[in-house]
Amino acid sequence: MSKRKAEERIKDFNEVDHGFSKQDAILESLRCMDCVRPQCIKGCPVNIDIPGFISAISKEDFRKAAVILKTDNMLPAICGRVCPQENQCEGVCVLGNKGKPVKIGALERFVADWERENGVQIPEVKEKTGKRVAIVGSGPAGITAAAELAKEGHSVTIFESLHKAGGVLTYGIPSFRLPKDIVKAEIDKVLELGAELKLNHIVGRSVPVDELLAYDAVFLGTGAGLPSFMGIEGENLNGVYSANEFLTRVNLMHADSFPDYDTPIMKKDKVVVIGGGNVAMDSARVAKRMGADVILVYRRRKEDLPAREAEVENAIEEGIEFVCCANPVRVLGEDSVAGVECVRMEMREEDASGRPCPVPMTGEGALFTIDADVVIEAIGQSPNPLLISLVDNLERGRKGNVIADEETGQTSIENVFAAGDVATGAATVIEAMGSAKKVARAINERLK
Amino acid sequence: MAYKIEKAEMIAENIFEFWINAPHVAKNARAGQFLVIRINDKGERIPLTVSGVDGDLVRIVFMKVGKTTMFLSTLGEGDFIEDVAGPLGHPSEIKDWGRCVVIGGGVGIACLPILAKALKESGNEVTGIIGARNKSLLLLKDELASHCDELVVCTDDGSFGYHGFPVDILKKKLEEGVVDCVWIIGPAIMMKITSLATVPYNVRTFVSLNPIMVDGTGMCGSCRVTIDGETKFACVDGPEFEAASVDWNELMTRQRIYTEEELKARELFEDHTCECGGH
Ligand SMILES: Cc1cc2nc3c(=O)[nH]c(=O)nc-3n(C[C@H](O)[C@H](O)[C@H](O)COP(=O)(O)OP(=O)(O)OC[C@H]3O[C@@H](n4cnc5c(N)ncnc54)[C@H](O)[C@@H]3O)c2cc1C
Ligand SMILES: Cc1cc2nc3c(=O)[nH]c(=O)nc-3n(C[C@H](O)[C@H](O)[C@H](O)COP(=O)(O)OP(=O)(O)OC[C@H]3O[C@@H](n4cnc5c(N)ncnc54)[C@H](O)[C@@H]3O)c2cc1C
Ligand code: SF4
Ligand code: SF4
Ligand code: FES
Repeated sequence: MSKRKAEERIKDFNEVDHGFSKQDAILESLRCMDCVRPQCIKGCPVNIDIPGFISAISKEDFRKAAVILKTDNMLPAICGRVCPQENQCEGVCVLGNKGKPVKIGALERFVADWERENGVQIPEVKEKTGKRVAIVGSGPAGITAAAELAKEGHSVTIFESLHKAGGVLTYGIPSFRLPKDIVKAEIDKVLELGAELKLNHIVGRSVPVDELLAYDAVFLGTGAGLPSFMGIEGENLNGVYSANEFLTRVNLMHADSFPDYDTPIMKKDKVVVIGGGNVAMDSARVAKRMGADVILVYRRRKEDLPAREAEVENAIEEGIEFVCCANPVRVLGEDSVAGVECVRMEMREEDASGRPCPVPMTGEGALFTIDADVVIEAIGQSPNPLLISLVDNLERGRKGNVIADEETGQTSIENVFAAGDVATGAATVIEAMGSAKKVARAINERLK
Repeated sequence: MAYKIEKAEMIAENIFEFWINAPHVAKNARAGQFLVIRINDKGERIPLTVSGVDGDLVRIVFMKVGKTTMFLSTLGEGDFIEDVAGPLGHPSEIKDWGRCVVIGGGVGIACLPILAKALKESGNEVTGIIGARNKSLLLLKDELASHCDELVVCTDDGSFGYHGFPVDILKKKLEEGVVDCVWIIGPAIMMKITSLATVPYNVRTFVSLNPIMVDGTGMCGSCRVTIDGETKFACVDGPEFEAASVDWNELMTRQRIYTEEELKARELFEDHTCECGGH
């Protein structure tokens, strides 16, 4: 499976990766050894029958492959594109020992795209139970829970604050990684199961808490949408954005197409992105496509970057400059950003998580300045406290996350369950989905 | 799901009053809260204060200042707004303060009736002070008067009421020692200057901040303001804050971030000769 050339793809927001052609998919599927003890299944957070669906591809039975995939993963078109496969299924594939694991993610994407083009089979919906479930949030967690519970015949209502569903899939991940028509198609399929979607409904405000708790069961999938700021001087100057704001303006509001679209954004030449995860890579690559010279500042070493491997590679190819072992100290400027003062970091002994710890250097040469017009802080997100703070007796963790049982999603309130980023803090799409699926099963049991 | 404009009226030069059918907002909105609208698929999300509620309908009063409000003003009864989200923000702190003074300037005057009504219903004595360039801009004056024990009207040109500014009236009331709590709603510079009057008197003074917003739900930080040296998000921590704690200069500087883009958008809209009046 190939991808578009860097110098060409940075001129637009179209998808970077070409999917497999039919021949290439079959060829790749033949590489799989159909292992007796397939490690790949354990590597997948939802334990997809990987050798099973790959084998079906090799026999050109794509419909069967889709059925196998969909048994465990409702959004394969999305996961195939955004899962950090190197840490999951592909990371433990036995062929990885020879340096080339089977391209499981790409094969999953192939099957999902094929199914979308050839007609998706809507699963059966059981008889109506008369039970009402409120799903708060339409990100991967909420969508998955909604689908599972709608299939069981419950009356499901999904509440979403924004004017479009999908959560981070819509506002966070750029279209060159995840086309929005695909996100919409996946969500529409869920709605066909009978779930009702209410956009522009902020639960806690548009839906008061007592109205929410009157549902037979409540699923909280409100994610981790609160952006973190560094707390450094100059952070409120014009031109400093949280990655959430920057990405939302472009991905959700199409500010890159201003003035054709009304939402503005600062379109400047020198952009500095702070952070090292997927959010930072996405911010950097979006800024690049808007014509800027982009420098990414990360406090640890290049090899420590937590972003998805493929995205780091793509960012480098696209000409983003990496300044590692450096951390911003101050944003400089009068009313608007003029530069960022940074301090060099050196790696010392391990911290609590077992990783070598970055420590600011001192003395001459430790401080340096990078010229900038825009600074994007992509240093992390935590659960949005808006709804959580309005619900009495909802037990929370230190980081603002909702305390929920890992298996059942049970919170400190009897009919309230939670899964996804709101419970775990910022994590991954597949973890949000896998967890939501388990929790939906537990809710279903409770409603019997 | 689009939201129908049930009533649309121009109530002063460049100022419009719309009633929109949005039950999820209307049924839950309280004084001090706002909503966010997105007119159509290419539109910007802009915040507007809840000026009144009536059953399923919510009222907004807005001034034509740029592309979105200009386009909005061309819509009328029977037209639809694609998205209306709310109510957002913390409601005003309504309790029995004693003697309240509610002050409005510019389009902020239209935010006062719903506030005065709530304060009155909680047992407060309510004095309203509104100021505008001239008589025609004293928005919703009679409605406000019906919820106040006393309404003092000011005009810059003296064409009606007191010839001067609300802050002059406020100062007199403060000197008389008859004020327990003050609300000031209007353009940032007006709120800043007016609120300086209450500082020596140690009287609770609420202002409603109006930074640039995108979502209005606390997920982006566009609306961040500095209150007592700490960063707060006006859309979820506010929009009302204690006046003396606000970093006004920062707020006003941040409001100017897109001046260039806003000018361009306005020019393009004004040049647009399409008969439909839209994009
Ligand atoms: C920029 C970015 C890039 C990422 N890239 C990847 C990647 O490549 N691979 C990967 O696996 N993961 C990635 N992630 C992480 C992944 O997207 C998240 O883990 C996942 O989206 C979490 O899903 P969720 O359903 O829990 O929450 P979200 O996707 O955050 O959805 C929560 C939804 O709830 C809504 N909501 C919140 N509060 C309320 C309320 N009170 N009322 C109504 N609605 C409410 C929000 O508007 C939102 O739509 C990325 C995240 C970001 C931000
Ligand atoms: C909580 C809150 C309540 C408000 N209530 C009212 C109201 O009841 N009536 C009313 O007339 N106005 C109100 N405003 C201001 C209103 O949002 C702006 O006038 C409107 O967004 C201007 O958009 P425009 O495209 O017409 O003008 P533009 O030309 O885009 O902007 C004109 C000016 O409006 C401000 N502005 C622009 N975009 C935004 C934005 N996304 N969010 C906030 N401010 C922006 C800027 O300071 C700018 O200089 C409120 C603002 C806030 C934050
Ligand atoms: S869902 Fe993700 S981890 Fe599981 S098989 Fe697909 S790409 Fe791999
Ligand atoms: S571990 Fe690799 S080779 Fe073995 S079954 Fe899984 S994908 Fe195929
Ligand atoms: S407008 Fe986005 S956080 Fe307040």
